[in-house]
Amino acid sequence: MAVRVAPDPASTIVSRGRFSSWLATVDHKRIGIMYILTSLFFFVAGGIIALLMRSQLARPNEHVFTRDTYDQMFTMHGTTMIFLVVVPVFAGLANYLVPLMIGARDMAFPRLNALSYWFYLLGGIVLYASWFSGGGAARAGWYSYPPLSEHAFEPGKGQDLWILAIHLTTISSILGAINFIVTIHNLRAPGMSWMRLPLFVWSIYVYSVLILIALTELAGALTLLLLDRKAGTHFFLPSKGGSAVLYQHMFWFFGHPEVYIMVLPAFGILSEVIPVFSRKPIFGYKAIAFSTVAIGFYSMLVWAHHMFSVGLPTGLNIFFMLSSMTIAVPTGIKIFNWIATTWRGNVILDTAMLFALGAVGVFTIGGLSGIFLAAFPFDWQVTDTYFVVAHMHYVLFGGSAFALFAAFYYWWPKMFGRFLDERLGKVNFWLYFIGINLTFFPQHFLGLLGMPRRVWTYNHHGWWAAWNLVSTIGAFVMAFGTLVFLINVVRTTRVGRRAGHDPWVADTLEWYTTSPPPAYNFDKVPYVTSARPLRDLRRRLQEGSVHA
Amino acid sequence: MAAVPLTLPVGAWAGDNQNALHPASKQEHSISVLWWVMLVGCSIGFGVIVILLFLGWVRRNRDYLPFGGRDRAGTAIVIGLGVFVPIVILSLLFVWSDLYVIKTTEAPAANSTPMSVKVIGHDWWWEIRYPGTRAVTANEIHIPVRTRVDMLGTSADVIHSFWVPALNRKADLIPGRVNRLLLDANRPGEYRGQCAEFCGQQHAHMAMYVFADPPNVFRRWLANEARPARKPATPQAREGERLFLNLPCSGCHMIRGTSADGTIGPDLTHLATRTTLAALTLPNKPPDLTHWIEDPQRYKPGSKMPGFSLTSSQRDALVAYLDGLK
Repeated sequence: MAVRVAPDPASTIVSRGRFSSWLATVDHKRIGIMYILTSLFFFVAGGIIALLMRSQLARPNEHVFTRDTYDQMFTMHGTTMIFLVVVPVFAGLANYLVPLMIGARDMAFPRLNALSYWFYLLGGIVLYASWFSGGGAARAGWYSYPPLSEHAFEPGKGQDLWILAIHLTTISSILGAINFIVTIHNLRAPGMSWMRLPLFVWSIYVYSVLILIALTELAGALTLLLLDRKAGTHFFLPSKGGSAVLYQHMFWFFGHPEVYIMVLPAFGILSEVIPVFSRKPIFGYKAIAFSTVAIGFYSMLVWAHHMFSVGLPTGLNIFFMLSSMTIAVPTGIKIFNWIATTWRGNVILDTAMLFALGAVGVFTIGGLSGIFLAAFPFDWQVTDTYFVVAHMHYVLFGGSAFALFAAFYYWWPKMFGRFLDERLGKVNFWLYFIGINLTFFPQHFLGLLGMPRRVWTYNHHGWWAAWNLVSTIGAFVMAFGTLVFLINVVRTTRVGRRAGHDPWVADTLEWYTTSPPPAYNFDKVPYVTSARPLRDLRRRLQEGSVHA
Repeated sequence: MAAVPLTLPVGAWAGDNQNALHPASKQEHSISVLWWVMLVGCSIGFGVIVILLFLGWVRRNRDYLPFGGRDRAGTAIVIGLGVFVPIVILSLLFVWSDLYVIKTTEAPAANSTPMSVKVIGHDWWWEIRYPGTRAVTANEIHIPVRTRVDMLGTSADVIHSFWVPALNRKADLIPGRVNRLLLDANRPGEYRGQCAEFCGQQHAHMAMYVFADPPNVFRRWLANEARPARKPATPQAREGERLFLNLPCSGCHMIRGTSADGTIGPDLTHLATRTTLAALTLPNKPPDLTHWIEDPQRYKPGSKMPGFSLTSSQRDALVAYLDGLK
C-alpha cells in the first residue's frame, strides 16, 4: 500500500525553514510541536520544584529552604503542572493529531490556533516572572482559598500575577477548545460519522466542552478575587459580609471538571494505543465513546466532594458522595474494555504499550483511592492530608503522564519521522513505574498517620520520617526517568531509526500520510467506511479492489 | 539517615497519638472500620484487574478468552465487572456508610451534650473557651473522658481546620461560620492534632493537644482555669509581673486578674499549666520559655510576637512570673 513515498526525514518540518517561520506559523502541526516542547520545558521546571520540595521533606526539621520559599514552591508546582503542563500538552497533542485523525487540512481557525499558543506561552512567562516580583511568587496554594489569598493576608504582587497568569492560560485553553469543537464538527473526512470518530478525538471533544464550561467559570471566580484584592470589593471576605465558602464552590465547580480535562484525553490515548499493540480492534468502541461523554457530564455534578470538611448539610454531602461514586461505573467500563481489548490479541510490549498498560494499572490505584475519598465519613478524616496528595498523583501522574508518555513513544515517529529508542524507552518506563510507586504509595500511610498537606517541615521521627525519606528517594528515581527520556529525545533526533508512514500498522488516518506529514497533510483522503479506515483500505488492497 | 531505624521505636508513640487508625473514640473507631472494609474491597478489586491485565499478556495469541468464549463472553465480563459489580458494591458501601458511619460521626444536635468547648483558629494558634465558665486557654484542650463534648469551631482570620485524628474527623474553622464536631474519648490520654487547612507561613507549626482526663481531674483543671491568675509569690516574680504589665506584653496577652487585657495573642492566665508553647512549637519549660521570649521569630518566623531586647535579670523575672501562673 505505497500511498506516498516518505520524504527524507533529515529535512523534517522541524529543521526546515528559519526560526522566524516558527514564530509566524499557523500550521497546526508546528503549533502542536511548540505546545508540546513548551509544556515539556515546564514539566521539567515543575519537576525540579518537586524535587526541591521532597528534599526539604526528606528528614524531620530539615532546613534546605525556608518555609516561605516552600510555600511558593508548592503553589508553583501545582499551578505549573496543571495549567502549564497537563492541560496544554493535551492541547498540543490534539493540535497535532485531531486534523490528521479526521483527515483535515488544518484546524478550522489556524490563526486563532496560533493565538492560543502564544497566550499560553505568555501565561507561563508571567507565572515564572512572578518569582522576581516584590515579595516573590504566590504562596496560597494552587487553589488559593480566600481569605488567605486576599490582600490582607497575601499583600505581595505574586498573587496578582498568579491570577493574571491563570487568566492568560485560561483564555488560551478556551480559544483552543472552541477551535477543536468547530474542527471536529465541520472538517471530518467524507464518511467519518460520529461513530467512526477515533476515540482520541472523542476524548478531545469532551475535553473541549468541559474547558468551555469550567474554565470560563474559573475566570469569573478569579476575577472576583482580583476585584477583592485590587478594587476593595469583599465577595470572599466574611468580616465584611462576603463568603469564603462561595469561592470554594466556584473554584471546585471548575476544579473537578478540570480533573477530567486532564484525564479524559489520557483515556483517549489509551484507547488508541492499546488496540494497535494488541493487534486487535478496540473492544466496545461505543461503550468507550459514551462513557467518555458520561464521565464529562458527571464531572460537573461532583464538585463539593472537595469540600466535605467545610460543613455542608448532610443531605448535600450524601448527594455529592452518590454522584462521585457514580463516576466509578463509566470509568470501570473503560478499564474492562481496555483489558478485554488485549485478550485474544497479540500483545506486543513496546514502550508505548508498556506505558499504556502501566497507566491502566497505576491509574486504577488512583481511581480506587478516589472511592475512599468519595465516602465522606472517611474523606472527613484524610482530606487535606498526604492521602489526597497520593491519590491525586496516582491519577495525574499514573493516569495522565503515563498515557502521555505512551503517546510520545507512539506518535513521535509520525511527528519527527524517527522512532524514539526502545531500550532507553524501557528504562524510562521502569524508572517511572518504580519511582511513582516509591514516591506516592507511602504518602497514603503518611496521611493516615496524620500528616497534613502543605507543611514545610515536621518534627515527628519514626514512621513519618521513614516514609518521607522513601518518598523522596522515589521522586529522584522518577527524575532519572525524565532524564533518560530527554536523552532519548536528543539522541534520536540524529540517530533514531527512520519510520515509514505507518510503522505500527495502525488503523487511523494520521498513518495514511507521510511521517512527518507535508504542510497540507494529505494528497487525498480516502472515503471513511468505519472507525478503522486504514484497516479497511488494507483489506480492499488485498482483495484487489483498490489500485495503489 | 542512620538515625532512622534507631528512632523507629520512639516514633511509635509520636505517630500513634496522631494516627487515624488508632481510634480512641467510638466515632473514630467506626471511621477506621469503614477504612478497613474499603481497603479489603478495593484490594480485591485491584487484584482482579491486575490479574486480568496479566492474562492479556500471558495468554496472548489465543483464540479464546482466558476463561473460554469469545467477544460475547468479553461483553459479559465488561458488563459484569465494569457495571454490575461496582453498582452493587458501591450501593452497599453508600447505604452502610450513610446509615452506620454518618450516624456516629455526625455533629451532635445543638445542646444535646453535657458540655461544649469553643475553638477559635488564629494565625497560628488555637484559642479555647469553655462556654458557661470563665476558662480561656490555648492550644491544649482538656475534656472529660467518656463524655460527649460538642466542639464549636470558627476562625478569627483565615480558614483553619480542626483535626485530632485519633478522636474524630476534621472540621474546617471558617471565619463567619461555626462548625461542630463531637469529641468523646473513650480512654484517657493525650491526642495530638494539627491544622489541616493551609493557613500561611506557620501552618506546619499549628498543632494542639487534646487531653482526655478522668472526670474529677478535669473538673479540678477547669475550676483552676476559670480562676483569675495567681498573685506572684516571690520578689522576682513580682518584678516579672510589673514588667509584663509595663512592657508591650500586656497589649497582646490577657492575664485575668491583672490589667493585661490584650486579645491578639493567647490568654496567659494559667500558662504554667500548659505543657507546650506556641501551638506545640516548644516545650513549656523555663529555659524554652526564655528562648521564646528572647526571639520568637527564630522559632516561629512570621508569628505576631516580636522579640524584645531585655536584660538577663528582666528576662529571668518575666520567666519566673509566667512560670508561676499555675
